[in-house]
Order: sequence, then structure tokens, then C-alpha cells
Amino acid sequence: MRIGVVTFPGSLDDRDAARAIRMAGGEAVALWHNDHSLRNIDGVVLPGGFSYGDYLRCGAIARFAPIMEEITVRAKAGMPLLGICNGFQVLCESHLLPGALTRNSDLHFLCRDQELIIENNSTSWTSEYSLGQHITIPLKNGEGSYQCDDQTLSLLESEGRVVVRYAGENPNGSRNSIAGITNERGNIVGLMPHPEHAIEKLTGPTTDGFAFFTGVLKTLVAS
Amino acid sequence: MARIIVEVMLKPEILDPQGAAIAAALPRLGFSDLTSVRQGKRFEIEVDGPATPEKISEVERAAELLLANLVIENFTVRIDETMRSEKSVRIDETMRSEKSVRVDE
Repeated sequence: MRIGVVTFPGSLDDRDAARAIRMAGGEAVALWHNDHSLRNIDGVVLPGGFSYGDYLRCGAIARFAPIMEEITVRAKAGMPLLGICNGFQVLCESHLLPGALTRNSDLHFLCRDQELIIENNSTSWTSEYSLGQHITIPLKNGEGSYQCDDQTLSLLESEGRVVVRYAGENPNGSRNSIAGITNERGNIVGLMPHPEHAIEKLTGPTTDGFAFFTGVLKTLVAS
Repeated sequence: MARIIVEVMLKPEILDPQGAAIAAALPRLGFSDLTSVRQGKRFEIEVDGPATPEKISEVERAAELLLANLVIENFTVRIDETMRSEKSVRIDETMRSEKSVRVDE
């Protein structure tokens, strides 16, 4: 299975995402922001980083990158799409996911190992987790506070579209401690913490993030 | 040439931690009567020819699509009146407007 990883100018975590895909048994396919070709991929990851220097708003300019046109069409047709950190910000700016990410409530850039609760294990990316499972993976961002209006919030909650929630104290002022959400269909997932940095004991706090990548491969094989 | 100003502000219900941090710094500097700050963005956009309704509506579309994220932000569009005078005068006008005080009713 071929999983694309998009590199925008300013992307940082594209190599880690590609490595996670390879370790999970997939073929990582490098995608360039300025191309239109999706190179026969079956799924795609928008990685973390600071695309276009976070100018204007995080993800606001990356949203209009040429590659996003094709990704948007395919994702709306059901292709698995995962946005991590800056990738989540791009998904919200693209309106592929509702809401927006704003400055952390205490203004600090947070960089730490964060405990999360899996709240939806029926998405294309989270099927290998059990409902209510606690995982710990790195969180590192300055603008990770998830905001949306009341109507969107109650819709996300009632439809079970909160995928991961911060355990314990809310680190950044996100509404309802939301760390990640999905679309109605469950193929598009965005989250602020970094599963690709927690795939092996040598470099990560845990291996808890690995199942995102084995999960999507299993989803693709089954479909 | 005309200049059109777009101002983007976080919606009132969205927390503005930067504005809050600035507001917290003011009393330390002796500005004890300034109670609240909200921080926004100002874009100065120049167009060829006069600021016709068509040009303004084009700027509004750019603001909706790119300059503002309507999920969390509002924007206003207006013509920069200081650009209407002659170029030689304009520099002075601009400088004056930089120092001028606008009272938001």
C-alpha cells in the first residue's frame, strides 16, 4: 500500500511520517506541494512543521498548494487522510475538518509527552486502538488550541467525531479538551499530537503512535 | 491608485491570549485605566485606479478566502482616505494618520 507524505516549504516531520509508514509495512511516497500528481497513492499524511513559515495563519497558505486540489478531491471520495499538527491546521483551513486551531491559551510553545484518550476507534486511522485506551505521544506546538462554535462542538460530540482527547489537565485551552477529530465518513483525521514520533522505544517516549500507521494499512487492505 | 484597508479581528467569543498578555503588561507600565486589549491584523491593499465598488468587492472576496478565517475571525473593508490626496501631500497625511487617534464607538 502506498501512503503519500506531502512536503511543503517548512515541513519538519515528513521524514518521520515516511519512516513510520515504512516500519508499519507500507510504501512511503514523497509528494511535493507544487506538484499535481498523487503518484498512485492509497492514502496520504500531511505532516507537522511550519508550512510557509506559519505566515498569515498556520496552514492558511499551504491550503492553496497545488497538491491540495487533488488531495481534497480524493479525500472527499474516501481516501484516508491524516493531518498531524500543522497538517491538522491545514485540514481545518481547507474546511475538510470543522473548526480552527488558535494560539495556546497560556501562549507557551508546548513540547512534552502527552497522555491522550482514544474516543473513536472506527476511523480509517484508529481501528487498531481500543475505545477509551490511554496513549502517550509527543505534543509540540504553539497554536494547538482547538476552537469551534457551540453548534459544531455539539455535532462533533453527538456524532462521536472526537477521535482523541487530552487526558487530565487541558494543556492549551482546546474546547472540550479536543486533541483530534474526524469527518463524518471517518477517513479524514486531524490531531495536534504526533503519533509518528512515538513508533519505537529508541526515539520516542512510547510506541503508542505506531498503530495509526498499521491501522490505516489494515483499513486499506480490508477495503 | 487607491489603497483599501482590511482589518481582521478574532471574533469576540474567541479567546485572544496575545491581547490578554498585552493587557496584563499595561498596568506594570503605569497604564492602569486600560482594562482590555484585543489584537488583530491590518492589511493595506493597493489597486490600480480608483477604489470602485468592483475593486472593493474583489478585496472582500480575497478577505473571505484568504485574509480572514471566518470560523474564528471577522473582517472589515474600507478605503484609505489618506490616499485620495496628491502624492506629495500624501506622505504627510499618512504620517499624520499614523499618529492620529481613532475612537471606536
